[in-house]
Amino acid sequence: MTDPALYPTHGQSVSPPEVTGVPHASPPVDLRERRRLADRDGLLAWLFLLPSVVYIVALVAIPFFLAIAFSFSDVTAGDPSFDWAGLRNYQNVFDDPVFWQSLRNTIVFTAVSMLLIVVLGKVLANILIADFHGKWLVRFLVLLPWTTPVALSTIAWLWLLDSVFSPIDWVLRELGLIDVNMYWLGKPDLAIGSVIVVHVWRLVPLAAVIMMAGLVAIPKDVQEAASVDGAGFWRRMFEITIPLTMPIIAVAALFGAVLTFTDMAVVYVLTRGGPTNSTQVLASWAFFRGIEGGDVGQGAAIALFLFPLLLAAAIAILRAVRRMDVS
Amino acid sequence: MRAAEVEQLRRHARRRHVASRVTVYGLAVLAALGAAGPFLWAGITAFKQNRDLYRRTNNPFLFNLTPTTEHVEYLFTKTEFPTFVWNTLWVGLLVTAITLGLGLPAAYSLARLDRPWSGPMAIAIFFVYLVPPTLLFLSLSRVVVAAGLQDRTWSLVLVYPTITIPVSVWLLMGFLRAIPKDIEEQAMVDGYSRLGAFVRTVVPLVFPGVVAVVVFAFTLTASEFIYALAFVSPSTEKPISTGVPTALVRGDVFFWQSLQAATVLVAVPIALVFNLFLERFIAGFTHGAVKG
Repeated sequence: MTDPALYPTHGQSVSPPEVTGVPHASPPVDLRERRRLADRDGLLAWLFLLPSVVYIVALVAIPFFLAIAFSFSDVTAGDPSFDWAGLRNYQNVFDDPVFWQSLRNTIVFTAVSMLLIVVLGKVLANILIADFHGKWLVRFLVLLPWTTPVALSTIAWLWLLDSVFSPIDWVLRELGLIDVNMYWLGKPDLAIGSVIVVHVWRLVPLAAVIMMAGLVAIPKDVQEAASVDGAGFWRRMFEITIPLTMPIIAVAALFGAVLTFTDMAVVYVLTRGGPTNSTQVLASWAFFRGIEGGDVGQGAAIALFLFPLLLAAAIAILRAVRRMDVS
Repeated sequence: MRAAEVEQLRRHARRRHVASRVTVYGLAVLAALGAAGPFLWAGITAFKQNRDLYRRTNNPFLFNLTPTTEHVEYLFTKTEFPTFVWNTLWVGLLVTAITLGLGLPAAYSLARLDRPWSGPMAIAIFFVYLVPPTLLFLSLSRVVVAAGLQDRTWSLVLVYPTITIPVSVWLLMGFLRAIPKDIEEQAMVDGYSRLGAFVRTVVPLVFPGVVAVVVFAFTLTASEFIYALAFVSPSTEKPISTGVPTALVRGDVFFWQSLQAATVLVAVPIALVFNLFLERFIAGFTHGAVKG
């Protein structure tokens, strides 16, 4: 590996005597050529990566640290000058019961939604790869919740859950199950349920698409061999399909969790955190405090809690994926 | 005896086959209704007269009075809906172009030009995806003001790639790894430089990945809500996701029919385009997630 020909400066002085005696004059030249190319690869690697890195540093890394700085300052919308405030924002945030409520809600919403998204996404993926007529139409309809801008699809739900004109209530009334409307978004329990349902409805299609990718990737002969050996649908499902596609199921779970965890549009449009903050989540609370309330410092302190939780969840899931890949 | 047995087995198999077909169709219809139900109801609502809509006892799924297009007309003539659509469209296309312009070379660098730092850098870029907009919007609003883009649609062009670039790089790395290395090496042996090989052989081959990224990035951009809400307040500068709610929700008054019309009009085209590229998108995810 310490072939002097690899080093151009030495190569110059070493190669002439070799050339005279040995007919294999070309290998050192070739190696040098390759070395030069490798050097250019290194330069190219940086040049290719640099724009993205510069952009991300400027618009993600710097704002990220700025947010941390804000959380230790007294910056407000009215007084944007930066004064050190120590831990006062955190103190205020921790003293506020709404913060703890938001934290709890964020975790509960994410956990419950993720579970439902994975299970229903798996079922949906299996339906969508089956062969049937009109598959194109079904796929199109099933994709709608994911491809529609969140704010608009949530407005459709807002109308669906209207306190007076909800068609769900109309059906229940006609069936004689209820006399008075349910007020889906007016009671804490129902409002929590509604927010979770909208999250699940919106993200199941994405999870299904991701999991379809996993199902498509399973070699057909594995399934067929199992089928010939007499393994039924459920056995194939639990002993072949699910173990084989576990990494991609985990990826779908990760996407579902990240998108539920960080989303504030659903809560903002559907309940605005109400009734009495029972559906408030960290993201929406940070927005209400930081932008609408104008207290940038507190808003930043609240929003900062999103990151460590998310990071921990992501690392756990990615670790699990890697372990599964190795085995 | 034997023949009867065979016949019975065959009948049994046929019955099982029919049962499984029925189950598949039943579940497919159920899934379609569950997913598209709210849109169906939105579509009916959009054409209802006020007197029909706001009566508690009317069957909400039928037209009890003649359908009307006045609310759809209202959407197009009395609100800036066409402007919102246009804003979303050009922002989406521009952001997608920026994403590809920055993301494709970055993905190639990380996936192919094996540097010692490629692995850690790829993980770092993935983690950038986990930094949520809800954490960044407070400080990004300062950046937007500093750039002089406050209350302008251009501010969204500036910040949206923070959402799209990390995911796209991740997806594209998967696609790039799926292309055999020999192809570029052959091109380089044939006298192309690394850059030439990238442009002439890799870019065309990675086209399905590019399509997947275009669709994904556009959908993410069109859905984005927080930045649009926080950075842009004049109504002619807004994209669909914030423009439609502000134009059609005035205090406590909701223009329900027009809102629902807007939802359906926006939802259907995006889903149609996405559906066209679904297979490619799926292929992309397999390479990106499993082999990446």
